[in-house]
Amino acid sequence: MELFRIKRDIPFMSYGKVTTAISLLTFIVAVFFLFAKGLNLSVEFTGGTVMEVQYAQSANLPDVRSRVERLGLGEPSVQSLGTSRDVLIRLPNKPGITSAQLSNQVMTSLKAGGAQLELRKVEFVGPSVGAELVEHGLTAVIVVCIGIMLYLALRFEWRLAVAAIIANMHDVVIILGCFAFFGWEFSLTVLAGVLAVLGYSVNESVVVFDRIRENFRKPSMRTKTVAEVIDNAITATMSRTIITHGSTETMVLAMLLFGGPALHGFAIALTIGIVFGIYSSVLVASPIALALGVKREHMVKPPKPKQEAVV
Amino acid sequence: MNRYPLWKYLIIGLALIAATIYTLPNFFGESPAVQISSTRQSIPVDTALMGRVETALAARHLTPDGLFLDRGSLKVRFRDPDTQIKARDAIQAELGDTYIIALNLLSSSPDWLTRLKAHPMFLGLDLRGGVHFLLEVDMKAAIDKTVERYTGDIRRELKAQKIRYGTIKRDGNSLTVQLRDAETLKAAENAVTRTLPSLAMSEDASAFTLTLTLKPEEITRIQGDAVKQNISTLHNRVNELGVAEPIIQQAGPDRIVVQLPGVQDTAKAKDILGRTAALQVRMVEDDTAKMAEALAGNVPAGYDLLDELTPRGPTKILVKKDVELTGDNINDAQPGFEENGSPAVHINLDSAGASIFRQVTAENIGRRMAMILVEKGKAEVVTAPVIRSEIGGGRVQISGSMNPAEAQDVALLLRAGSLAAPMTIIEERTVGPSLGKENIEKGFNSTLWGFAAIAVFMVIYYRVFGVISAISLGVNLFVLVAMLSMLQATLTLPGIAAIALTLGMAIDANVLINERVREELRNGVPPQSAIHAGYQHAWATILDSNVTTLIAGLALLIFGSGPVRGFAVVHCLGILSSMFSAVLVSRGLVNLWYGRRRRLSSLSIGQIWKPTE
Repeated sequence: MELFRIKRDIPFMSYGKVTTAISLLTFIVAVFFLFAKGLNLSVEFTGGTVMEVQYAQSANLPDVRSRVERLGLGEPSVQSLGTSRDVLIRLPNKPGITSAQLSNQVMTSLKAGGAQLELRKVEFVGPSVGAELVEHGLTAVIVVCIGIMLYLALRFEWRLAVAAIIANMHDVVIILGCFAFFGWEFSLTVLAGVLAVLGYSVNESVVVFDRIRENFRKPSMRTKTVAEVIDNAITATMSRTIITHGSTETMVLAMLLFGGPALHGFAIALTIGIVFGIYSSVLVASPIALALGVKREHMVKPPKPKQEAVV
Repeated sequence: MNRYPLWKYLIIGLALIAATIYTLPNFFGESPAVQISSTRQSIPVDTALMGRVETALAARHLTPDGLFLDRGSLKVRFRDPDTQIKARDAIQAELGDTYIIALNLLSSSPDWLTRLKAHPMFLGLDLRGGVHFLLEVDMKAAIDKTVERYTGDIRRELKAQKIRYGTIKRDGNSLTVQLRDAETLKAAENAVTRTLPSLAMSEDASAFTLTLTLKPEEITRIQGDAVKQNISTLHNRVNELGVAEPIIQQAGPDRIVVQLPGVQDTAKAKDILGRTAALQVRMVEDDTAKMAEALAGNVPAGYDLLDELTPRGPTKILVKKDVELTGDNINDAQPGFEENGSPAVHINLDSAGASIFRQVTAENIGRRMAMILVEKGKAEVVTAPVIRSEIGGGRVQISGSMNPAEAQDVALLLRAGSLAAPMTIIEERTVGPSLGKENIEKGFNSTLWGFAAIAVFMVIYYRVFGVISAISLGVNLFVLVAMLSMLQATLTLPGIAAIALTLGMAIDANVLINERVREELRNGVPPQSAIHAGYQHAWATILDSNVTTLIAGLALLIFGSGPVRGFAVVHCLGILSSMFSAVLVSRGLVNLWYGRRRRLSSLSIGQIWKPTE
């Protein structure tokens, strides 16, 4: 079975202007929502307490809300978590009260009504920890970017390294933009997903760049223009790109379907990352590399004069 | 061309055997057990104890599945949770409170595997339930306390040497002693140099003052010691809970992580851990004039007006600011009774504490001494007994207005050791055990279904090469699980996500290879050469793409925390295992299948289409 029967190279580079424009537009939209709406940061970043309780029967949300509000612990948020029995309660940090007292108070007050319930999860994060996490997260992103760029610059060429990183950041910003637009919760697990996308998306660019370098070295490609060489590289790796992304997405879909709420955000971040990863590695990274003026001489070292002397 | 030398097959074989051995323990599951350990070095956990436990169990007709000593604790395995509970009660009755008896789950893998150090994967709290705390040590308080202790030391030393001095003033991390003349200044300087060499000293000869400052390295040492002492205190407190295999570790310069797996009663755990108490011994001022002044709201300098806990409710008590002794000098404390039968606490001091105590009691016969508990910056006098005689030898008995339960509480607090500095919980996570089980199930299912879907697709799309890809993907999973078990890296839910993602990405290498082989065939290259060229060309790409992913993974490992790190560990290991399986194992299988055939006319790689010019 073969799904891809491409006879001629697809002229991706001639669409370069259009695709770059589209990317730029989505990028700007993502940045806009990121600033306008902001990320719905989880308790890990903002600090506060989150409790997950499970009732034996379906929970009476207004009753839960009024009971928690009666404790006077600041502005609580009470919502159901997927099923009617699971309830998520969020409470802001309050100086003077430890999380231990807090969760005990809430549980006592919920149990006071005679309801059967079980405490499934409590998370408390102090305000200083949250600030640190943001700092660590940003450091991780920056270090990952620098590391990848250095490696690519060493193995390939600085123009390709720059192109790959721009394409990469484009994916990350769009994921963040989506999370901001839909108001999905941005947790540490989602951050792990976003950072995984950084590694994953650059994978894509590397496969294409590898092929471009190989093409430059082929004698049969000598007469072709740089754009044609890139088109050929993308076309040749097309089937692999689609199949690989398909299989990764299969795994991610399985996580989305069977992984439960804990892996939901992670799977969503990866799904967006994979979709834009294909697009950006093919239609963003390569046009940028072309625009930066990548040439055959950059990647194919001229034959050393020594060899001629021997002949 | 496509033959592997024997040694390559041997490497693959050995790796697979090792992987099998280390993956095996994960399939045996866990059985209920009772874990017996001791809080103190003086009480050994040895074969004699094992004998006692065995006889105690035999007396109740309880038969354990196995008994063994492991890392300073005795572990007894049982068939079912019911026997486990009964056995726990029996052992508790036999051994009393001297030992910590905890319920535990032990791997039921056979002994020979355990002896090879093959253990099941180490599950994080989100997968097995339990409590996680991140505590922050108040470093300023630790330094304050040391400075206060030095003030007391200097005062005592000067008194002992009969050197007259004026005031001792504190300014930040330095102390200024006012002396009378050049002679006393010189004498004081000598005395302090001899007893407290760790302080930096400067003198002002014209004003007759001596300034002593904490050296920077001393401050670093105090902070390091504070964290260490708090960790050992936490160890003692956690032991009171009887938790099997708790984790108490330093995390960063001033933070401590406490993880209590399987704890159900989280409220009690928080209560005991959250008791951030420090113990101080200070002298009581019974002068009625000063007391009246203090009660009028005008506390004299150098004194604190505190609450004393009495059975009739709190009353006010005036104590000196100088700390004579801290909980650091207490070796042991036990509840008991004094000669006339009233409840008491028996305290054992270390040698430094004993000599300080002898001096303090000798100088203050007839006066009262306050035992002060400082919790969260609030000090309360637990008890303030009258000193009847000089107490030497470091054996102290406190009695007074307390009932047996209070004596028990005081003893527990003293025994658990005081904290070097107060701590606050800055992060807390509790995962119920049922949620943990669900998380494992969900993570496992998503990996399983994803894996199955990919394997089916590969076999349909690439035929024999697809089967080989699917097998090497399986080997990848196998090796990854073995590595996680071998390294005992903590597997968390994000870690399971990383396993799934790594498998999804690992197939990339196989797809690259298979597509490349097809391409070579399409270009008219003969089958054997196509295999060779396919693997060779794909190798460079696989290396580059995996190294970049590895860079990202390592950065996450170094800079990430919590779930991000849990993800990164598995991700990095997964990249290594996938390079091994995709390149070495799949090539080995292809070579086995095709390599020996001289005349190979076609490959089963699912290719049916050739471009027609």
